[in-house]
Parts: sequence; C-alpha cells; structure tokens
Amino acid sequence: MAKRAAPEINAGSMADIAFLLLIFFLVTTTMDVDTGITRKLPPPVENPDEDVDVKDRNVLKILVNSHDMLMVDGKRMDIRQLKDKTKDFMAIHPDNSEYPEVTTKYIEELGKEFPATKGVVSLKNDRGTSYNMYIQVQNELAKAFNEMKNEKSMELFGVKYTQLVDDQKIKIINKLVPVRISEAEPEDIGGQ
Amino acid sequence: MARFKVKKGKGMPGINTSSLPDIIFMLLFFFMVSTTMREVTVRVRQNMPEATEVQKLEKKSLVSFIYIGEPKNAKLFGTKPRIQLNDVFAEVDDIPEFVAKEREARDEADRKFITTSLKVDGATKMGIVTDVKQELRKSGAFKINYSTRKKVEKQH
Repeated sequence: MAKRAAPEINAGSMADIAFLLLIFFLVTTTMDVDTGITRKLPPPVENPDEDVDVKDRNVLKILVNSHDMLMVDGKRMDIRQLKDKTKDFMAIHPDNSEYPEVTTKYIEELGKEFPATKGVVSLKNDRGTSYNMYIQVQNELAKAFNEMKNEKSMELFGVKYTQLVDDQKIKIINKLVPVRISEAEPEDIGGQ
Repeated sequence: MARFKVKKGKGMPGINTSSLPDIIFMLLFFFMVSTTMREVTVRVRQNMPEATEVQKLEKKSLVSFIYIGEPKNAKLFGTKPRIQLNDVFAEVDDIPEFVAKEREARDEADRKFITTSLKVDGATKMGIVTDVKQELRKSGAFKINYSTRKKVEKQH
C-alpha cells in the first residue's frame, strides 16, 4: 500500500484556545503599580521611663487631633502652611534662639565641614485622627524634605536630587539633609 | 482568440485568519509579562488616600501586605475596621506570627529587605494603624510603606 501523507492538523481553533488563555490572565492578574510613602520605624524603646533629653527649641512639635486639626508648636495651622513651616524650621539659622541649634558636620566625601541643624520634626497623632489626614501630613513633611534635598543638590552639584545618578552624591545629600521625623510613642500603648 | 472569463458570483473573498492565533498569543504574552497575579482576595474596603511624594515599591517579592479597612461585607462582619492578613481577618496579636511567617518564606539574605506595605483605607482612624505599627516595631519589621495613590500635582 502506498504511504499516505499525514493529514494536516486543523489549526482553526487555535485562536479560540489562545483567547481563552488570554481572558484567564486578564481576569486573574492585576496591573496596578504599588506606590506609597516609605518610612522606617524606630526600634522599640528598651526603657520607656527614660526620656531622651532634647532641647525644646530643637523640636518642631506637630500634633493632629481627632478632628483632623493641626497644631504646630502650640499654634493652629492650616495644612497648606506646614511644608513652608517645616522648611523654615529645618533651614540653617545661625545664632538665632528661635530656631534649632546649629552644629557642623564633617562630610568625608567632600572633605569639608558643613553646617547642620539639630532640628527634629516630632509628629504626634490622636487615635481618632483619620488616616487620610495622617497621610496628608506625612506627605507635606516628605515634600518639605524632598524640596530641601533638591535645593541642596542644586547648590552643590547643579542637578536636582531626583535626577542624581551617582550613588556617592545621593549619599552626600542624604547626609546633609537627613529626614528626621520622629513619631512620638503612642501614650496609651508605650507607657502605662 | 482571447476569451474573457466571466466572473460568477462576485462575493467577498474570505479573510485569511491563519495569523489570528499569533496575534492573540502576542497579546497573551504581553499580559503575562506586564501583570502580576492577584494573590489574595481583599475583603476590606480600599479607598487609598492620595499623595504627591510617592515612591514606587520595588521588588514585589520582598513586600508583604497588611490590609486595613471596613469589611466589604458589612452585613456579615460589621462596619468596624478590620485587619486582613493574607486571606483572613486577623487581630493585632496575630501580626508577630504573620511577620515571622513572611520572614520564613524569604531567602535568608533577603530577609532584612522585607518591606511591609500598609494598605489602609483613607477613612480608617489612626488608632488601629498605630496598634499595627507598634506590633511591627516589636517584631522587628521596621521598613514600612504607607500605600497611597499618586496624585498629579496642579501646576500653579
């Protein structure tokens, strides 16, 4: 008997199979990119009774109450002013007792000493504060620090911080403009 | 003598569909590469707050998620904000175990890079979030990320 040629496989339904797979993947996967504000939590306090002594003038106290109202250093403030207030507070003001103390910091990479502020931003919120408000405040603070980093970077390297590629330079800016946001120990949890 | 062929029944020729599977496969591969599998069914309401200063979360495999918000099924679970770990509702006390398990699941070298992403509904009160943060501190998961949507800033 003569050898018969193998019959061609009908590929007409291939598209349907592929469609099926495609729809399966469309349904079970998500495309959203996760974005957010990254923060580092402090390690737990070993001895809650021991208070770290920080001078009053070195701390910018931000309080958010359960009605989402903002108080900065004893005065009520609108959230839109918070960024400028933070920037002003963390800027270098030599010999001004209204502002935090100024020290000098030696930066190895540049072999020079730079003035540095001792200022710390302290953020304290109520248990009733809404998460929305908390994020707004965190965002304004992040904006203030990012702008300061940008300015410092422009001053030293002529490029914005966000456009820096050199790790060394990024490190220098991070040393010169440290993000110092301290979150107070929640009172009803930390201490009795 | 030339003869003209009389065309009979001038219907549209059928479109060649033999490359259709290839096109669909291309689409399929695009979606397979650019998307990620949905791992958990989120059972709490997630209306994220907006922020401008956001960073992208790198290395998805090193991120563990904690969802907080009002349960979607209010009839069954009430309206009090709840914590969701993996696929189930949990209490604040369950967090250390969750952190330990997440750590176990990663390579030893990667363990210190684990980020905990807090996916919290905007309407939630800070009380529960603070409790979660305290538990995370105690269990040594210091790197956290407040998940927010990116807001496009108005130019003025």
